[in-house]
Amino acid sequence: MDKGKILGAGVVVGVLALMLVQYGNPANMGFCIACFIRDIAGALGLHQAAKVQYLRPEIIGLVLGAFVAALGTREFKTVGGASALSRFVLGLFAIIGFLVFLGCPLRMVLRLAAGDLNAFLGLIGLAAGVAVGVLLINRGYSLGRAQPQSRIGGYIFPALALTLLVFAVIQPAFIFASKEGPGSMHAPLALALGAGLLVGILAQRSRLCMVGGIRDFILFRDTYLLAGFAAILLTAFIGSLVLGTFKAGFVNQPTAHADWVWNFLGMALGGLSCVLLGGCPLRQLVSAAEGNTDSAVTIMGMLVGAAVAHNFGLAGTPQGVPLAGQAAVLVGLAVVFFIGISSRPVLQAKQVAAKDLTARQ
Amino acid sequence: MESMVDARGLLCPEPVLLVKKEMARLGGKGEIRVMVNSGTARENITRLANSQGWKVTVHQQGDETELRLIKQS
Repeated sequence: MDKGKILGAGVVVGVLALMLVQYGNPANMGFCIACFIRDIAGALGLHQAAKVQYLRPEIIGLVLGAFVAALGTREFKTVGGASALSRFVLGLFAIIGFLVFLGCPLRMVLRLAAGDLNAFLGLIGLAAGVAVGVLLINRGYSLGRAQPQSRIGGYIFPALALTLLVFAVIQPAFIFASKEGPGSMHAPLALALGAGLLVGILAQRSRLCMVGGIRDFILFRDTYLLAGFAAILLTAFIGSLVLGTFKAGFVNQPTAHADWVWNFLGMALGGLSCVLLGGCPLRQLVSAAEGNTDSAVTIMGMLVGAAVAHNFGLAGTPQGVPLAGQAAVLVGLAVVFFIGISSRPVLQAKQVAAKDLTARQ
Repeated sequence: MESMVDARGLLCPEPVLLVKKEMARLGGKGEIRVMVNSGTARENITRLANSQGWKVTVHQQGDETELRLIKQS
Protein backbone atom coordinates (compact mmCIF):
# COMPACT_ATOMS: atom_id res chain seq x y z
CA MET A 1 0.00 0.00 0.00
CA ASP A 2 1.03 3.57 -0.59
CA LYS A 3 3.45 4.70 2.12
CA GLY A 4 3.68 8.28 0.86
CA LYS A 5 1.36 9.67 3.54
CA ILE A 6 3.21 8.21 6.50
CA LEU A 7 6.66 8.92 5.08
CA GLY A 8 5.64 12.55 4.53
CA ALA A 9 4.28 12.79 8.07
CA GLY A 10 7.52 11.30 9.43
CA VAL A 11 9.68 13.80 7.56
CA VAL A 12 7.58 16.75 8.74
CA VAL A 13 7.65 15.53 12.37
CA GLY A 14 11.44 15.14 12.15
CA VAL A 15 11.93 18.64 10.72
CA LEU A 16 9.55 20.27 13.22
CA ALA A 17 11.24 18.49 16.14
CA LEU A 18 14.64 19.88 15.12
CA MET A 19 13.15 23.32 14.56
CA LEU A 20 11.52 23.41 18.00
CA VAL A 21 14.89 22.62 19.60
CA GLN A 22 16.54 25.40 17.56
CA TYR A 23 13.88 27.79 18.86
CA GLY A 24 14.24 26.89 22.50
CA ASN A 25 13.03 23.38 23.41
CA PRO A 26 15.49 21.20 25.40
CA ALA A 27 17.98 19.21 23.30
CA ASN A 28 16.56 16.10 21.59
CA MET A 29 13.15 17.15 22.96
CA GLY A 30 11.52 18.84 20.00
CA PHE A 31 8.67 16.46 20.60
CA CYS A 32 8.26 14.13 23.55
CA ILE A 33 4.72 13.24 24.52
CA ALA A 34 5.73 11.72 27.87
CA CYS A 35 7.99 14.65 28.83
CA PHE A 36 5.39 17.19 27.78
CA ILE A 37 2.60 15.45 29.70
CA ARG A 38 4.96 15.51 32.71
CA ASP A 39 5.54 19.25 32.19
CA ILE A 40 1.80 19.86 31.93
CA ALA A 41 1.24 17.85 35.13
CA GLY A 42 3.80 20.18 36.75
CA ALA A 43 2.21 23.32 35.31
CA LEU A 44 -1.13 22.26 36.82
CA GLY A 45 0.56 21.75 40.19
CA LEU A 46 -0.01 17.99 40.22
CA HIS A 47 3.66 17.62 41.10
CA GLN A 48 6.13 20.11 42.55
CA ALA A 49 9.29 19.27 40.59
CA ALA A 50 10.25 22.90 39.93
CA LYS A 51 12.34 22.15 36.85
CA VAL A 52 9.66 20.40 34.82
CA GLN A 53 6.60 22.65 34.88
CA TYR A 54 5.31 24.17 31.67
CA LEU A 55 2.02 24.11 29.79
CA ARG A 56 3.44 22.63 26.57
CA PRO A 57 1.54 24.12 23.60
CA GLU A 58 2.74 21.25 21.38
CA ILE A 59 0.36 18.84 23.17
CA ILE A 60 -2.52 21.31 23.04
CA GLY A 61 -1.94 21.87 19.32
CA LEU A 62 -1.65 18.17 18.66
CA VAL A 63 -5.02 17.45 20.24
CA LEU A 64 -6.75 20.34 18.48
CA GLY A 65 -5.13 19.49 15.13
CA ALA A 66 -6.20 15.85 15.34
CA PHE A 67 -9.69 16.94 16.46
CA VAL A 68 -10.13 19.26 13.48
CA ALA A 69 -8.77 16.63 11.08
CA ALA A 70 -11.14 14.01 12.49
CA LEU A 71 -14.11 16.40 12.19
CA GLY A 72 -13.12 17.27 8.63
CA THR A 73 -12.93 13.65 7.54
CA ARG A 74 -16.06 12.63 9.49
CA GLU A 75 -13.95 10.25 11.56
CA PHE A 76 -14.82 11.97 14.81
CA LYS A 77 -16.96 9.53 16.74
CA THR A 78 -17.62 9.35 20.46
CA VAL A 79 -16.96 5.81 21.64
CA GLY A 80 -15.89 4.25 24.91
CA GLY A 81 -16.63 1.77 27.62
CA ALA A 82 -13.85 -0.72 26.88
CA SER A 83 -12.07 -1.24 30.22
CA ALA A 84 -11.45 2.43 31.04
CA LEU A 85 -9.87 1.82 34.46
CA SER A 86 -7.53 -0.87 33.13
CA ARG A 87 -6.43 1.67 30.55
CA PHE A 88 -5.92 4.31 33.22
CA VAL A 89 -3.54 1.95 35.03
CA LEU A 90 -1.76 0.96 31.81
CA GLY A 91 -1.32 4.65 30.96
CA LEU A 92 -0.04 5.37 34.45
CA PHE A 93 2.64 2.67 34.31
CA ALA A 94 3.51 3.41 30.67
CA ILE A 95 4.53 6.94 31.55
CA ILE A 96 6.45 5.83 34.64
CA GLY A 97 8.46 3.53 32.35
CA PHE A 98 9.03 6.32 29.86
CA LEU A 99 10.08 8.79 32.57
CA VAL A 100 12.56 6.26 33.96
CA PHE A 101 14.09 6.10 30.47
CA LEU A 102 13.49 9.85 29.98
CA GLY A 103 11.38 9.91 26.85
CA CYS A 104 8.45 8.40 25.00
CA PRO A 105 9.04 6.32 21.84
CA LEU A 106 9.01 9.53 19.78
CA ARG A 107 11.79 11.13 21.83
CA MET A 108 13.63 7.80 21.81
CA VAL A 109 13.81 8.07 18.01
CA LEU A 110 14.95 11.70 18.23
CA ARG A 111 17.62 10.78 20.81
CA LEU A 112 18.83 7.92 18.65
CA ALA A 113 18.98 10.19 15.59
CA ALA A 114 21.19 12.64 17.50
CA GLY A 115 23.67 9.92 18.45
CA ASP A 116 22.45 9.15 21.99
CA LEU A 117 23.30 5.45 22.09
CA ASN A 118 21.41 4.98 25.39
CA ALA A 119 18.30 5.26 23.25
CA PHE A 120 19.42 2.13 21.44
CA LEU A 121 19.08 0.21 24.70
CA GLY A 122 15.67 1.87 25.01
CA LEU A 123 14.72 0.70 21.52
CA ILE A 124 15.70 -2.89 22.32
CA GLY A 125 13.68 -2.64 25.54
CA LEU A 126 10.68 -1.14 23.72
CA ALA A 127 10.78 -3.92 21.10
CA ALA A 128 11.04 -6.55 23.85
CA GLY A 129 8.05 -5.07 25.67
CA VAL A 130 6.04 -4.96 22.45
CA ALA A 131 7.00 -8.57 21.65
CA VAL A 132 5.71 -9.75 25.04
CA GLY A 133 2.52 -7.76 24.44
CA VAL A 134 2.09 -9.43 21.05
CA LEU A 135 2.35 -12.84 22.74
CA LEU A 136 -0.42 -11.79 25.13
CA ILE A 137 -2.55 -10.48 22.24
CA ASN A 138 -2.08 -13.79 20.42
CA ARG A 139 -3.21 -15.58 23.60
CA GLY A 140 -6.52 -13.71 23.41
CA TYR A 141 -5.89 -10.49 25.35
CA SER A 142 -8.65 -7.95 24.78
CA LEU A 143 -9.99 -4.86 26.53
CA GLY A 144 -13.35 -5.47 24.92
CA ARG A 145 -15.44 -3.47 22.47
CA ALA A 146 -15.87 0.28 22.64
CA GLN A 147 -19.52 1.27 22.21
CA PRO A 148 -20.92 4.43 20.64
CA GLN A 149 -21.65 7.07 23.30
CA SER A 150 -23.36 10.46 23.40
CA ARG A 151 -21.49 12.84 21.15
CA ILE A 152 -20.87 15.37 23.92
CA GLY A 153 -18.49 12.99 25.74
CA GLY A 154 -16.06 13.09 22.86
CA TYR A 155 -15.95 16.90 22.88
CA ILE A 156 -14.78 17.03 26.49
CA PHE A 157 -11.15 16.12 25.76
CA PRO A 158 -10.65 18.71 22.98
CA ALA A 159 -12.44 21.21 25.25
CA LEU A 160 -9.87 20.48 27.97
CA ALA A 161 -7.10 21.18 25.45
CA LEU A 162 -8.81 24.44 24.53
CA THR A 163 -9.02 25.39 28.22
CA LEU A 164 -5.29 24.74 28.62
CA LEU A 165 -4.68 26.92 25.56
CA VAL A 166 -6.51 29.79 27.25
CA PHE A 167 -4.31 29.27 30.35
CA ALA A 168 -1.18 29.14 28.17
CA VAL A 169 -2.10 32.48 26.59
CA ILE A 170 -3.25 34.46 29.65
CA GLN A 171 -0.82 32.72 32.07
CA PRO A 172 -2.86 32.91 35.27
CA ALA A 173 -0.93 32.82 38.58
CA PHE A 174 -2.10 29.31 39.49
CA ILE A 175 -0.30 27.80 36.49
CA PHE A 176 3.30 26.93 37.38
CA ALA A 177 6.16 27.66 34.99
CA SER A 178 9.78 26.59 35.59
CA LYS A 179 12.38 29.30 36.07
CA GLU A 180 15.22 26.88 35.31
CA GLY A 181 15.72 23.36 33.96
CA PRO A 182 13.98 21.66 31.01
CA GLY A 183 10.61 23.24 31.85
CA SER A 184 12.07 26.72 31.37
CA MET A 185 13.35 25.84 27.91
CA HIS A 186 10.70 26.19 25.25
CA ALA A 187 10.03 27.47 21.77
CA PRO A 188 7.71 30.52 21.47
CA LEU A 189 4.04 29.73 22.11
CA ALA A 190 2.79 30.38 18.57
CA LEU A 191 5.51 28.26 16.99
CA ALA A 192 5.04 25.35 19.42
CA LEU A 193 1.26 25.51 19.00
CA GLY A 194 1.53 25.63 15.20
CA ALA A 195 3.93 22.69 15.13
CA GLY A 196 1.57 20.74 17.38
CA LEU A 197 -1.43 21.52 15.16
CA LEU A 198 0.41 20.34 12.05
CA VAL A 199 1.64 17.14 13.69
CA GLY A 200 -1.85 16.51 15.05
CA ILE A 201 -3.38 16.74 11.58
CA LEU A 202 -0.67 14.59 9.99
CA ALA A 203 -0.74 11.98 12.77
CA GLN A 204 -4.53 11.71 12.52
CA ARG A 205 -4.40 11.27 8.75
CA SER A 206 -1.46 8.86 8.64
CA ARG A 207 -2.20 6.93 11.93
CA LEU A 208 1.47 7.48 12.86
CA CYS A 209 2.39 5.29 15.86
CA MET A 210 5.81 4.19 17.05
CA VAL A 211 4.67 1.20 19.12
CA GLY A 212 2.24 0.14 16.39
CA GLY A 213 5.12 0.08 13.92
CA ILE A 214 7.04 -2.53 15.88
CA ARG A 215 3.84 -4.42 16.73
CA ASP A 216 2.59 -4.69 13.15
CA PHE A 217 5.99 -5.79 11.95
CA ILE A 218 6.14 -8.61 14.51
CA LEU A 219 2.50 -9.64 13.98
CA PHE A 220 2.01 -9.23 10.24
CA ARG A 221 5.41 -8.29 8.77
CA ASP A 222 3.59 -5.09 7.85
CA THR A 223 5.98 -2.12 7.51
CA TYR A 224 3.49 0.73 6.99
CA LEU A 225 3.77 2.29 10.46
CA LEU A 226 7.42 1.33 10.77
CA ALA A 227 8.08 3.49 7.71
CA GLY A 228 6.93 6.57 9.65
CA PHE A 229 9.29 5.64 12.46
CA ALA A 230 12.16 5.27 9.95
CA ALA A 231 11.33 8.58 8.25
CA ILE A 232 11.53 10.47 11.55
CA LEU A 233 14.81 8.74 12.43
CA LEU A 234 16.43 9.46 9.09
CA THR A 235 15.20 13.07 8.89
CA ALA A 236 16.35 13.89 12.42
CA PHE A 237 19.67 12.11 11.81
CA ILE A 238 20.43 14.09 8.65
CA GLY A 239 19.20 17.26 10.33
CA SER A 240 21.47 16.72 13.35
CA LEU A 241 24.44 16.25 11.04
CA VAL A 242 23.60 19.40 9.10
CA LEU A 243 23.07 21.45 12.29
CA GLY A 244 26.22 20.01 13.84
CA THR A 245 24.36 18.76 16.92
CA PHE A 246 25.05 15.07 16.24
CA LYS A 247 27.17 13.52 19.00
CA ALA A 248 27.55 9.75 19.21
CA GLY A 249 28.10 8.18 22.62
CA PHE A 250 26.63 7.08 25.92
CA VAL A 251 27.83 9.72 28.39
CA ASN A 252 26.81 13.36 28.78
CA GLN A 253 23.85 13.06 26.43
CA PRO A 254 21.18 15.74 26.98
CA THR A 255 18.46 14.80 29.49
CA ALA A 256 19.51 11.14 29.54
CA HIS A 257 21.34 8.67 31.75
CA ALA A 258 23.67 5.81 30.83
CA ASP A 259 22.15 3.12 33.04
CA TRP A 260 21.74 0.28 30.53
CA VAL A 261 19.50 -1.96 32.60
CA TRP A 262 16.96 0.72 33.48
CA ASN A 263 16.96 2.27 30.02
CA PHE A 264 16.05 -1.19 28.76
CA LEU A 265 13.51 -2.05 31.47
CA GLY A 266 11.90 1.40 31.53
CA MET A 267 11.17 1.21 27.82
CA ALA A 268 10.11 -2.45 28.12
CA LEU A 269 7.46 -1.35 30.64
CA GLY A 270 6.38 1.48 28.35
CA GLY A 271 6.30 -0.76 25.29
CA LEU A 272 4.33 -3.53 26.96
CA SER A 273 1.81 -1.08 28.44
CA CYS A 274 1.37 0.75 25.13
CA VAL A 275 0.92 -2.32 22.97
CA LEU A 276 -1.83 -3.40 25.37
CA LEU A 277 -3.31 0.09 24.98
CA GLY A 278 -3.28 -0.19 21.19
CA GLY A 279 -0.66 2.51 20.61
CA CYS A 280 2.01 4.88 21.85
CA PRO A 281 1.24 8.11 23.79
CA LEU A 282 1.07 10.09 20.53
CA ARG A 283 -1.56 7.71 19.19
CA GLN A 284 -3.52 7.87 22.47
CA LEU A 285 -3.68 11.67 22.19
CA VAL A 286 -4.91 11.45 18.59
CA SER A 287 -7.42 8.76 19.44
CA ALA A 288 -8.73 10.80 22.39
CA ALA A 289 -9.09 13.79 20.05
CA GLU A 290 -11.08 11.59 17.64
CA GLY A 291 -13.66 11.03 20.37
CA ASN A 292 -12.41 7.84 22.04
CA THR A 293 -13.18 8.51 25.70
CA ASP A 294 -11.22 5.43 26.80
CA SER A 295 -8.12 6.98 25.25
CA ALA A 296 -8.93 10.23 27.06
CA VAL A 297 -9.01 8.26 30.33
CA THR A 298 -5.65 6.75 29.33
CA ILE A 299 -4.21 10.27 29.01
CA MET A 300 -5.59 11.07 32.47
CA GLY A 301 -3.75 7.97 33.72
CA MET A 302 -0.58 9.30 32.12
CA LEU A 303 -1.08 12.70 33.74
CA VAL A 304 -1.47 11.06 37.15
CA GLY A 305 1.44 8.70 36.40
CA ALA A 306 3.68 11.67 35.60
CA ALA A 307 2.68 13.31 38.87
CA VAL A 308 3.32 10.08 40.79
CA ALA A 309 6.70 9.67 39.06
CA HIS A 310 7.85 13.04 40.40
CA ASN A 311 6.01 13.13 43.73
CA PHE A 312 7.42 9.71 44.68
CA GLY A 313 10.87 10.32 43.15
CA LEU A 314 10.63 7.59 40.53
CA ALA A 315 11.73 9.40 37.36
CA GLY A 316 15.19 8.97 35.88
CA THR A 317 17.69 11.81 36.20
CA PRO A 318 20.98 12.44 34.34
CA GLN A 319 22.63 10.71 37.33
CA GLY A 320 20.61 7.54 36.90
CA VAL A 321 17.42 5.91 38.15
CA PRO A 322 16.56 6.18 41.88
CA LEU A 323 15.94 2.95 43.80
CA ALA A 324 12.25 3.84 44.12
CA GLY A 325 12.06 4.21 40.34
CA GLN A 326 13.66 0.80 39.85
CA ALA A 327 11.14 -0.75 42.22
CA ALA A 328 8.27 1.03 40.43
CA VAL A 329 9.38 -0.39 37.07
CA LEU A 330 9.42 -3.94 38.44
CA VAL A 331 6.02 -3.49 40.11
CA GLY A 332 4.74 -1.94 36.90
CA LEU A 333 5.95 -4.84 34.76
CA ALA A 334 4.20 -7.29 37.11
CA VAL A 335 0.91 -5.33 37.21
CA VAL A 336 0.81 -4.68 33.48
CA PHE A 337 1.67 -8.29 32.66
CA PHE A 338 -1.11 -9.43 34.99
CA ILE A 339 -3.61 -7.13 33.27
CA GLY A 340 -2.38 -8.48 29.94
CA ILE A 341 -2.74 -12.10 30.89
CA SER A 342 -6.14 -11.78 32.55
CA SER A 343 -8.06 -9.36 30.29
CA ARG A 344 -10.38 -11.39 28.09
CA PRO A 345 -13.30 -10.47 25.84
CA VAL A 346 -16.62 -10.49 27.70
CA LEU A 347 -18.83 -13.22 26.29
CA GLN A 348 -21.77 -11.94 24.30
CA ALA A 349 -24.12 -13.94 26.52
CA LYS A 350 -22.94 -11.98 29.57
CA GLN A 351 -23.35 -8.56 28.00
CA VAL A 352 -26.38 -6.46 28.72
CA ALA A 353 -28.73 -6.82 25.79
CA ALA A 354 -29.67 -3.19 25.28
CA LYS A 355 -31.66 -3.90 22.12
CA ASP A 356 -34.11 -6.22 23.90
CA LEU A 357 -34.74 -3.61 26.60
CA THR A 358 -35.54 -0.81 24.16
CA ALA A 359 -37.78 -3.10 22.16
CA ARG A 360 -39.99 -3.59 25.17
CA GLN A 361 -40.58 0.13 25.77
CA MET B 1 -18.26 -19.95 1.10
CA GLU B 2 -18.97 -16.67 2.85
CA SER B 3 -18.16 -15.74 6.43
CA MET B 4 -18.56 -12.75 8.68
CA VAL B 5 -16.20 -10.92 11.05
CA ASP B 6 -17.49 -8.26 13.43
CA ALA B 7 -14.56 -6.01 14.32
CA ARG B 8 -16.57 -3.01 15.50
CA GLY B 9 -15.26 -1.22 18.57
CA LEU B 10 -12.12 -3.31 18.84
CA LEU B 11 -8.69 -1.87 19.51
CA CYS B 12 -5.70 -2.19 17.19
CA PRO B 13 -4.51 -4.79 16.22
CA GLU B 14 -7.52 -7.01 17.05
CA PRO B 15 -9.56 -6.29 13.88
CA VAL B 16 -6.68 -7.27 11.60
CA LEU B 17 -5.90 -10.30 13.72
CA LEU B 18 -9.52 -11.54 13.54
CA VAL B 19 -9.56 -11.16 9.76
CA LYS B 20 -6.20 -12.90 9.43
CA LYS B 21 -7.48 -15.85 11.48
CA GLU B 22 -10.64 -16.02 9.38
CA MET B 23 -8.59 -16.03 6.19
CA ALA B 24 -6.55 -18.95 7.51
CA ARG B 25 -9.73 -20.77 8.59
CA LEU B 26 -11.10 -20.52 5.06
CA GLY B 27 -7.87 -21.91 3.65
CA GLY B 28 -6.72 -18.60 2.19
CA LYS B 29 -9.62 -18.03 -0.22
CA GLY B 30 -13.31 -17.32 -0.34
CA GLU B 31 -15.43 -14.37 0.74
CA ILE B 32 -15.40 -12.55 4.07
CA ARG B 33 -17.69 -9.72 5.17
CA VAL B 34 -16.07 -7.51 7.79
CA MET B 35 -17.90 -4.89 9.86
CA VAL B 36 -15.73 -2.03 11.16
CA ASN B 37 -16.47 1.42 12.58
CA SER B 38 -13.09 3.16 12.51
CA GLY B 39 -10.99 4.50 9.68
CA THR B 40 -7.89 2.90 11.16
CA ALA B 41 -9.39 -0.60 11.17
CA ARG B 42 -10.71 -0.10 7.62
CA GLU B 43 -7.27 0.90 6.33
CA ASN B 44 -5.40 -1.79 8.25
CA ILE B 45 -7.70 -4.59 7.06
CA THR B 46 -7.57 -3.31 3.48
CA ARG B 47 -3.78 -3.29 3.66
CA LEU B 48 -3.65 -6.85 5.00
CA ALA B 49 -6.13 -8.10 2.41
CA ASN B 50 -4.31 -6.49 -0.51
CA SER B 51 -0.98 -7.88 0.64
CA GLN B 52 -2.52 -11.38 0.65
CA GLY B 53 -4.10 -10.97 -2.79
CA TRP B 54 -7.70 -10.43 -1.64
CA LYS B 55 -9.92 -7.92 -3.46
CA VAL B 56 -11.61 -5.39 -1.19
CA THR B 57 -14.81 -3.47 -1.80
CA VAL B 58 -16.04 -0.88 0.69
CA HIS B 59 -19.70 -0.27 1.54
CA GLN B 60 -20.41 2.65 3.84
CA GLN B 61 -23.48 2.08 6.03
CA GLY B 62 -24.03 5.20 8.11
CA ASP B 63 -21.48 5.21 10.91
CA GLU B 64 -20.28 1.74 10.04
CA THR B 65 -18.38 0.28 7.14
CA GLU B 66 -18.76 -3.13 5.59
CA LEU B 67 -15.70 -4.49 3.84
CA ARG B 68 -16.18 -7.32 1.41
CA LEU B 69 -13.03 -9.37 0.95
CA ILE B 70 -12.91 -11.77 -1.99
CA LYS B 71 -10.26 -14.15 -3.24
CA GLN B 72 -11.20 -16.69 -5.91
CA SER B 73 -8.34 -19.17 -5.88
